[in-house]
Amino acid sequence: MSKSEDLIKKYQEKSEYSHGFVTDIETIDVPKGLNEKTIKFISNQKKEPEWMLKWRLKAFERLQKIKEPDWQKPKYPKIDYQDLYYYSAPKSLKDQPKTLDDIDPEIKKTYDKLGIPLEEQKRLSGVAVDAVFDSVSVATTFKDQLKKIGVIFCSISEAIKEHPELVKKYLGSVIPITDHYFATLNSAVFTDGSFVYIPPGVRCPMELSTYFRINASNTGQFERTLIIADQGSYVSYLEGCTAPMRDENQLHAANVELIALDNAEIKYSTVQNWYPGDKDGKGGIYNFVTKRGLCKGKNSKISWTQVETGSAITWKYPSCILQGDNSMGEFYSVAITNNFQKADTGTKMIHLGKNTKSKIISKGISAGNADNTYRGLVSIHSKAKGAKNFTQCDSLLVGNKCGAHTIPYIENKNSSSDVEHEATTSKISDDQLFYCRQRGLNQEESVSLIVNGFCKEVLQQLPMEFAVEAQKLVGISLEGSVG
Amino acid sequence: MIEIKNLKTSVEEKKILNGLNLKINKGEVHAIMGPNGSGKSTLSYALSGKEGYDVTGEILFKNRNLLELNTEERAQSGIFLAFQYPIEIPGVFTNNFLRTSLNSIRKSKNQKELNAIDFLKLVKEKSKSLKISQEMLSRPLNVGFSGGEKKRNEILQMALIEPEFVIMDETDSGLDIDALKIVSNGVNALRNSERSFLIITHYQRLLNYIKPDFVHVLSNGKIVESGDWKLALDLENNGYGKYLN
Repeated sequence: MSKSEDLIKKYQEKSEYSHGFVTDIETIDVPKGLNEKTIKFISNQKKEPEWMLKWRLKAFERLQKIKEPDWQKPKYPKIDYQDLYYYSAPKSLKDQPKTLDDIDPEIKKTYDKLGIPLEEQKRLSGVAVDAVFDSVSVATTFKDQLKKIGVIFCSISEAIKEHPELVKKYLGSVIPITDHYFATLNSAVFTDGSFVYIPPGVRCPMELSTYFRINASNTGQFERTLIIADQGSYVSYLEGCTAPMRDENQLHAANVELIALDNAEIKYSTVQNWYPGDKDGKGGIYNFVTKRGLCKGKNSKISWTQVETGSAITWKYPSCILQGDNSMGEFYSVAITNNFQKADTGTKMIHLGKNTKSKIISKGISAGNADNTYRGLVSIHSKAKGAKNFTQCDSLLVGNKCGAHTIPYIENKNSSSDVEHEATTSKISDDQLFYCRQRGLNQEESVSLIVNGFCKEVLQQLPMEFAVEAQKLVGISLEGSVG
Repeated sequence: MIEIKNLKTSVEEKKILNGLNLKINKGEVHAIMGPNGSGKSTLSYALSGKEGYDVTGEILFKNRNLLELNTEERAQSGIFLAFQYPIEIPGVFTNNFLRTSLNSIRKSKNQKELNAIDFLKLVKEKSKSLKISQEMLSRPLNVGFSGGEKKRNEILQMALIEPEFVIMDETDSGLDIDALKIVSNGVNALRNSERSFLIITHYQRLLNYIKPDFVHVLSNGKIVESGDWKLALDLENNGYGKYLN
């Protein structure tokens, strides 16, 4: 084998998706198809109260009347919703594990492989984890310690049973069941996700984190997460995602709702590393997610930070509705697309209250044949006196077959407001690479260093425990993209 | 130390170096002077392994042909190029870059990588005589640096990496007298019997501060005359006219 062939092979092996294994376990699955029977099956499996089933069926009824949107830039073949499985759960979980020791060793092994500490002993990492395996939450760590200070951190399925008053009050209050196709679909068939409630005046002492894993094939994952920060409280929450390598595309359509009351702050970080498909664009996750935060109270703050490196198609706009006076919304995003990956992502900042502020920092990186679009809306309503927005969108191109697009929408109905938008597009230059390599860094280290520098403003927003991981992930996602 | 044999380079069919021969022994300082377009910068790129050039011939360095090594392998084996125009890398702190670079080179030699504390100690010591402030090192690499800061930063990197063979590509361009002195002192401090230098320049001025053992005239891609440092004085007075045809 020649030297160059050898190198290419090395690159390919290295850049292979390291989370792409499948765990072989027995599962309970609902028959394929999207219908009332499926919804009733899901609700029944989760032993949900009647009101929850009614809510789901209402969403399903609505779904019949609306159409899938198609205005996004990345197009995809039509999804046959009748050919999907909507529920898959490991069989051994049927009688929910009481303690961590009851968890199927195979599943435990999966999380060990992924580096997620399910063992509570690993106290030092200072992170509480809710692990969601296909359609069910398999473990939530540190629950008892958190309970002592009044923090509720559990799966949404459990919250529906244990804390119905909170769920009834807030579920669908930010993303109504009528919102749009995927949000409505999720409301009908959502399976599991996390629930967080922080009581008034409490600063959550540890990072809360959910880890999503798609394992079963031909299965859609419909995550539902609800976070409520009561008056004067603070929480930092992080989600991570991986999936096995499969040739077919899989759908992940999540709904995430955040509610911040007076003087409360929610920091929500995502490191999304779903399987992106192979280097020819075969397979990978469709990541069609609705994330929305409501700054309901005055002086409240919601901050989204996302590092999107995976998925065949990423299509999401984590948004903030700034209802309370003096409330603040932030969006920090790094979206990396390589090979044939596509992303259409950005944010919406809806200014309703007085003196509301928003800040958008978006860094898009495109390599290979990938296509990366920033799409964002800044909307200042007539009563939002003194509202301020600052937006900065930077795109970085690696190679010359990829694309980058910036589509900002600005609607301003208040003359006392202030809206700023800055955008740049640049390329990693041969001179930058040569300079780094002359100083002893190899090609991949050079690309990783330059791209990390480009994303720095966003990466430094991540909780420290994850910032280093994210930096590495940025490097790995771009391996083999140059030369 | 390094022996260049019949070196020819071309870019997109255009010939630049045309059979260049040069031997540099351990501890020697050679200067290459020549008019615009004579191939001076191309020589520095051919030695350091910049991509995009067709290069034939042989460059023997420590008993290996450099042409078989890629850019980073050459850097790791002891070749250092001080750039004429150091490159800006936004968002990458200078300190971080210097440490990453030094550790890449140490790693390739199976030396222990330096942790942040040891590195800061080292960089503080090395940056002092170059009048480089800690504030400058906490800025993104070369971004918004003045001409003098950029060149001093190149010399600092050289001092950290301690390469065996240094190519300086028109390091004097864009420097005022004070900066030229600081840079020259930095280079002179690194001169020893084990380290060799190839200094590429248009002007004799730099050679007043860094006194070369040999001076060569490069014209039309070849060395057309060689001598000691007095040749540089001669060129300063009479220009390159007699070498051009």
